[in-house]
Amino acid sequence: MEFLRTVGGDFLLLMRDVGPIAAVVLFFQYAVLRKPLPNPKMIAIGFLAVVVGLYLFLLGLDMGVFPAGAEMAEKFSYPENRGWSLVFAFCIGYATTMAEPSLIAVALKAEEITAGGLPSFHLRNAVATGVAIGLTVGVYRILTGDPLWIYILGGYIATIALTWFAPKEIVPLAFDSGGVTTSTITVPLVTALGLGLASHIPGRSPLLDGFGLIAFASVFPIITVLGYSIIAKIRR
Amino acid sequence: MRNFLILLYRSFSNVVPLLTVMIVFQIFVIAEPFPNPARLATGFLLVIAGLFLFERGLDAGLFPLGESMAFGFAKKGNIWLLLLFAMAIGYTTTIAEPALIAIAERAEMITAGRITSMALRNAVALGVAGGIALGVVRIILGHPIHYYIIFGYVLVMAITTVAPKEIIGLAYDSGGVTTSTITVPLVTAIGVGLASTIGGRNPLSDGFGLIAFASLAPIITVMVYGLLAL
Repeated sequence: MEFLRTVGGDFLLLMRDVGPIAAVVLFFQYAVLRKPLPNPKMIAIGFLAVVVGLYLFLLGLDMGVFPAGAEMAEKFSYPENRGWSLVFAFCIGYATTMAEPSLIAVALKAEEITAGGLPSFHLRNAVATGVAIGLTVGVYRILTGDPLWIYILGGYIATIALTWFAPKEIVPLAFDSGGVTTSTITVPLVTALGLGLASHIPGRSPLLDGFGLIAFASVFPIITVLGYSIIAKIRR
Repeated sequence: MRNFLILLYRSFSNVVPLLTVMIVFQIFVIAEPFPNPARLATGFLLVIAGLFLFERGLDAGLFPLGESMAFGFAKKGNIWLLLLFAMAIGYTTTIAEPALIAIAERAEMITAGRITSMALRNAVALGVAGGIALGVVRIILGHPIHYYIIFGYVLVMAITTVAPKEIIGLAYDSGGVTTSTITVPLVTAIGVGLASTIGGRNPLSDGFGLIAFASLAPIITVMVYGLLAL
């Protein structure tokens, strides 16, 4: 009974998140566009599958990955575990990004648009490598206490420079992949690691140093995806 | 049936790296057995089933929905209604985004209320709304994306030099957490749908990029909020 109540409560919470978007879509579809959807039953089933799928996904993460991940993040956030915290940031960045639903969505769409020319796995692999590198650099910054903006400025300069050499049609996709890397799985684990590190290292403030890891995870994938596209172009 | 198994295998392969990392770190670093292995295994099965449903639902529901709405707006030909729709999607989905709420509440706690959770969420949501609308304008005009992004980067760096130090990390982070898992496929499908409907636009080079705008614009609005509030 207790289990059922928790599940029911979580599902209500999820519906609260989905409610606004459903309301906006329905309002514009029926009050503004005033056209029936082409295949409303299929779309409704698909929408439901997305919501239920995400719900099961989060429920599953809560049962195993989040508690264990939080424990690891806590363990690695002590200064004497510095080396490990870098390795952990790299591995967890790659692993969580490969399973990130938003990225799967964008990669599927890109594979469809390019008629298979850009396989979903390649794009996701490039993005996940970028998140892994980004988080490692981000944790390094927390350890050293350098100001965040210098790193981000460096990242921005690198993206702009690579934009110059990358095939033009891939550029919007590369910039998109920076935004989709961190939503469902990565944020909770990474925020725990960042704030933990910042509160255990003397002289660091959680607000000044603890935040900012997500920013690394958003900038570095742009660099790796652009880099991937340049290498793919040269090979061709 | 064969098809079903292949799709199920693809969903499974998405979580293989995560499973590997968890097991390796638990065994070699934590060096203790999992406190509850059955629970972890059940959790992973749910994660795989969830991803499988999610991917099927994208193909059946969210992608066709976004595309059909993009066609509808392109046919209607009223750009203001389209922009209003873009802003409504951006604002409503961001303001209730759980990852953002979590970060905003933590920020309110750490600053002892000088940053309020609701104001921060509003700053981010307005940024996303404006960003997606600007991105739609770019698709319609067919401009290359990098001019907009470079201008955005310059703006971010310029405001960084004057913004209060405490807000900077938060602002940069808020760009990454804004776009929820249901918004991303819908917005992507709308962008690609628009680019395929409007003559002379290429779905790959013009259709993507909306998420990029939605991630960059909130950085700017949050720092502006910081300038006003702190």
